Amino acid sequence: MSSVLDVVLSSAFLAAVLRIATPYLLAAFGGLVAERAGISNIALDGQMLSAACTGALVAGYSGSVALGALSGVATATLLGLLLAALRLELGADAIIAGIGLNLLASGGTAYAVYTLLDDKGGTTGLKSGSLPTVTLPGIEHIPVVGAVLSGQNMITWLAFLAAPFVAWLFFRTRFGFHLRAVGEMPDAAASVGIAVRRVQYTGLALSGALAGLAGVFLSMGYVSFFVRDMTAGRGFIALAAVFLGGLRPWGVFLAALGFGAAEALAVQLGTLDVPPQLVSTIPYVMTLAALALYAWRRKRRGRAVPAAASL
Amino acid sequence: MNEPWGKDGPAVAARGVTKTYANGVRAVRAVDLEVPPGEIRAVVGENGAGKSTLMKMFYGLEQPSAGEILVGGRPRVLRGPASAIALGVGMVHQNLMLVPSFTVAQNVVLGVEPGRRGLVDPKAAVETTARLAEESGLTVDPRARVDEVSVGMRQRTEILKALHRRARVLILDEPTAVLTPQETEDLFAAVRRLRDGGMTVLFISHKLREVREISDKVSVMRAGSLVGTVATADATERSLAAMMVGRDMSLDVDRTPARPTGTTLRVRGLGYETPIGQCLHGLDFDVAAGEIVGVAGIEGNGQSELAEILAGLRRPTGGTVHIDGTDTAGLDVAGHRRAGIGYVPEDRLHNGAALDASIADNLVVDRHDRPPLARHGVLHPGALRAHADRLIDQYAIRTPDPSVPVRALSGGNMQKVIVARELSAGPRLLIASQVTRGVDIGAMRFMYERLVAARDEGAAVLLISADLTELLALSDRLLVLKDGRLVARFDDTTGLTEKRVGLYMLGVEEHDRDRLTAHLDDPWEEAP
Repeated sequence: MSSVLDVVLSSAFLAAVLRIATPYLLAAFGGLVAERAGISNIALDGQMLSAACTGALVAGYSGSVALGALSGVATATLLGLLLAALRLELGADAIIAGIGLNLLASGGTAYAVYTLLDDKGGTTGLKSGSLPTVTLPGIEHIPVVGAVLSGQNMITWLAFLAAPFVAWLFFRTRFGFHLRAVGEMPDAAASVGIAVRRVQYTGLALSGALAGLAGVFLSMGYVSFFVRDMTAGRGFIALAAVFLGGLRPWGVFLAALGFGAAEALAVQLGTLDVPPQLVSTIPYVMTLAALALYAWRRKRRGRAVPAAASL
Repeated sequence: MNEPWGKDGPAVAARGVTKTYANGVRAVRAVDLEVPPGEIRAVVGENGAGKSTLMKMFYGLEQPSAGEILVGGRPRVLRGPASAIALGVGMVHQNLMLVPSFTVAQNVVLGVEPGRRGLVDPKAAVETTARLAEESGLTVDPRARVDEVSVGMRQRTEILKALHRRARVLILDEPTAVLTPQETEDLFAAVRRLRDGGMTVLFISHKLREVREISDKVSVMRAGSLVGTVATADATERSLAAMMVGRDMSLDVDRTPARPTGTTLRVRGLGYETPIGQCLHGLDFDVAAGEIVGVAGIEGNGQSELAEILAGLRRPTGGTVHIDGTDTAGLDVAGHRRAGIGYVPEDRLHNGAALDASIADNLVVDRHDRPPLARHGVLHPGALRAHADRLIDQYAIRTPDPSVPVRALSGGNMQKVIVARELSAGPRLLIASQVTRGVDIGAMRFMYERLVAARDEGAAVLLISADLTELLALSDRLLVLKDGRLVARFDDTTGLTEKRVGLYMLGVEEHDRDRLTAHLDDPWEEAP
């Protein structure tokens, strides 16, 4: 047992938590923005996957990591807009449309990779590189903190900046104000002259962009290639974090970080003498437990924060 | 900020305005209406008379199919609320358009927030709201969350919203439907103050007594057309009602004194606790066969829960309920019905009817499993049809055919289906919750007659309503609920006024326990 504690308290483990939590954080904030705009973005996972694939392919063929990352984020943004259009223009159920987009992303990315590279598994044959890491000057001399923060990917830094950014966006800006009003009470927003659809499109585009950043991180930061279905359901776990966090930016931040920590723990325990089958269930068991806790708390309080975060 | 108005002429006007919906329904027919600045104009009419549609056209929510809308003396094309707001038209909707989790101040400024470069200045929002409240006399707490303040304050917030947008025309759509008499008086005082400051007010209502009190002139609509406009001073409630329905009609209920016999409903120490708190506290009361007992109270003071407990939809957490001596504890909903309970729920869309099922099916849902409608578990279509035809005839349900889905009916006819089902079962106790909510005068009058008839045939009737006029017109005795407690019991309702009942609803006055439990056998011991 002491070896487990040693592992968990090591700076290497904390650094791993930050790294592993990155896609959860970004995708969860993407989910949060969409949910608060009144359209559930259940397509987070597919948006991540598309971004990861596009990013690796474009970077590999163009030789520009920056161009790859931008294309990846742009793809996910377009998928966010597509979901909004399906919901708002065609009146599709956001859940059904989201499932469709996820299936499209899973099949589409595999198809694209196979067509271009003749490889059914991924883009390992393509040299695409990864996004740069960031080390604040002098930070490596600070004990623990230095070791934890040094050499983290730039997207990890962005992921941690996303929490204050989203909180600022929601509660300080006019756009965030309108977004929350639209998501909670669209009729009220419309009756004071707010362009409800425009706000929802913008929100879903931002949601897709954040999921895109998460996806780009997977294929261009975490590793430097795309693997078929490499999101492994992270988009759905992020969605769980959105609700577990009570639809509040800092709550979502803590929930996503918690899921990241659980997965990091599973990875670390894998190196010890614990059955790997058991260990690999930790993130999922934690998701279930967390959602049960969320439902229980909500029932007790008798009131959800946004009354009408409709689907 | 506002676009210029002409120097004189009406503040708002409609010229030959017609609205035909895509499905062919003509909601408004060639209406000419002019309202000069600084006037309170009431627009009255039955449900479906077209008054709401007309108002929506003034606010840009609907566009006229023909004719033109004038604001500030000039013809305007209102593409949406934004253009109406820019012209100085504000509207307070019947179901309030507020964001529940926002504060009062945030709701007031929503859409035109103070602040620079895309940011919102929360302090300025609070200050603006406080200043507007001060100037207009519409008291609010700018920092309180809207879902935690009273309905009255929510409505004041809506009016402040319009003032913040520099409205010069204020449309109030049935503003008093959710207010207590005292809150209504405060609202009227504020509206008069606004009028004296030059505001033009359009007041939509079907409560003729209030229309008489607040308005300068009354325009009456019927079936999409404007029937006429009269000076309020020259109108009586009776003459207005006659204009509204096209024939002479009074809402006075012919009601002989009740002849109550034995106790049908006996409630002792009834308590109900929810996860968020105690909802009903130790209620003691009886309802005798052959009397109508009204339950008054501001909405949300336990009336809904009381009705649902008595109907068997919720289980009480304390006390006992007896129907003709049968303890209802442990009975399911069907058991409650077998014990003789009929229930007209307050929300007919959710609990009253299966909207997509036919009228005929809705009329048998409580008795489809036994003769004459079914034999050996198999439905008898002929009997079903005959049953439906009979009730449609008896209860004057306006429909071409019993197979029409209930969803297609008007509010009044939908309610008649439910009342027909409940009363034709011959209940010993009828729980009638908000029976006339959203139904027109004709249907209202019909419901009143049916309730009195049921009473005279020996049913005990518990009438729960937010409409005090209705309660006072129908109740033989009246109870008042406040915060889940009985606070008043009037065994004689003659001469009782709405204002007086309002004092108990607000908790200003309260009857003592001896009066509340007088003549009850074995009242529940007060919990220590």
